[in-house]
Amino acid sequence: MSGRISYVLRFGDNALVLAQRSAAWVAHAPIMEEDVALANVALDLFGQAKLWLEYAGELEGLGRDADAFAFHRDAAAFSNVLLVEQPNGNFADTIVRGYFYDLWASLAWEELTRSRDERIAAIAAKSAKETAYHLRRSHDWLVRLGDGTECSRERAQHAVDRLWRYTGELFLGDEVDAAMMEAGIGFDPASLRDPWLERADAAFATATLARPADGWMQRGGKQGRHSEALGYMLAEMQVLPRSYAGATW
Amino acid sequence: MSRDWPLWEIFVRSENGLAHKHVGSLHAADAQMALQNARDLYTRRNEGVSIWVVKSSDITATDPAESDAFFEPSEDKTYRHATFYRVPDGVKHL
Repeated sequence: MSGRISYVLRFGDNALVLAQRSAAWVAHAPIMEEDVALANVALDLFGQAKLWLEYAGELEGLGRDADAFAFHRDAAAFSNVLLVEQPNGNFADTIVRGYFYDLWASLAWEELTRSRDERIAAIAAKSAKETAYHLRRSHDWLVRLGDGTECSRERAQHAVDRLWRYTGELFLGDEVDAAMMEAGIGFDPASLRDPWLERADAAFATATLARPADGWMQRGGKQGRHSEALGYMLAEMQVLPRSYAGATW
Repeated sequence: MSRDWPLWEIFVRSENGLAHKHVGSLHAADAQMALQNARDLYTRRNEGVSIWVVKSSDITATDPAESDAFFEPSEDKTYRHATFYRVPDGVKHL
């Protein structure tokens, strides 16, 4: 598989997995308004995933469409970062997970809009507007929960502490990143770390939350080494098209 | 913050030049959250270019019990309608 296909799939898988996670909140959110908001975010992300996966299929040229990538790959073939596959947990866990990703994604789209690959630049430009809103929302909630009640603050801090170990991977490059950077198609993941930390620190300060101490960071999602949780999520997401091949609405 | 978030009335302007129109209500902790919830609830299908939110408790409304005194006196004053005036030929945009 060429580097560019792998590269495109990573962005598609991030969006797809986080979309599926977010969509699982529907009918379970704390309030009805939030139910719709989370569904909107999920739909935006499904839309972004479709654009990336379709492009991966075109680059591959073997006739695979977005559905083929979404429903007919096993966990080991998914290349999303570990952060987005983390279970929903409580509302604070979901908000913090979303905030960490949204902040990273907004920086990534900024880089990719300058990609030499016009298709990648176009998908990034479209995603940037949606992600800007997602970030505004997740940032707002992070501040509300952190600077809220004793209970909400405790849960927000716990979520930050628990999810922090999955943020390192966002800034960890490998040979695919290096090749794409070389070709003027992609960016250096490490270059996003400082702006990400700077904005996250500002958010933590407003939310009266503490940034966890630097420690061991989990890695491997981009290379297909996932947590057990992704397998369960995919089983639920994929069961219908796999059980009823060719099923349509 | 009380356990129950206040109710907000939502007004959406569908395009530039038109007035904001009442579209419904929702719950939110404050005005900022009300705006975001309104965006997600009422402009999902590209309905709006502007949103106003007003706390429902800040709206002063007429009392339905007093509607006789408020509105009935104008019922028999048909001369207040412009239909009594002749419109000269050539007048547009009326």
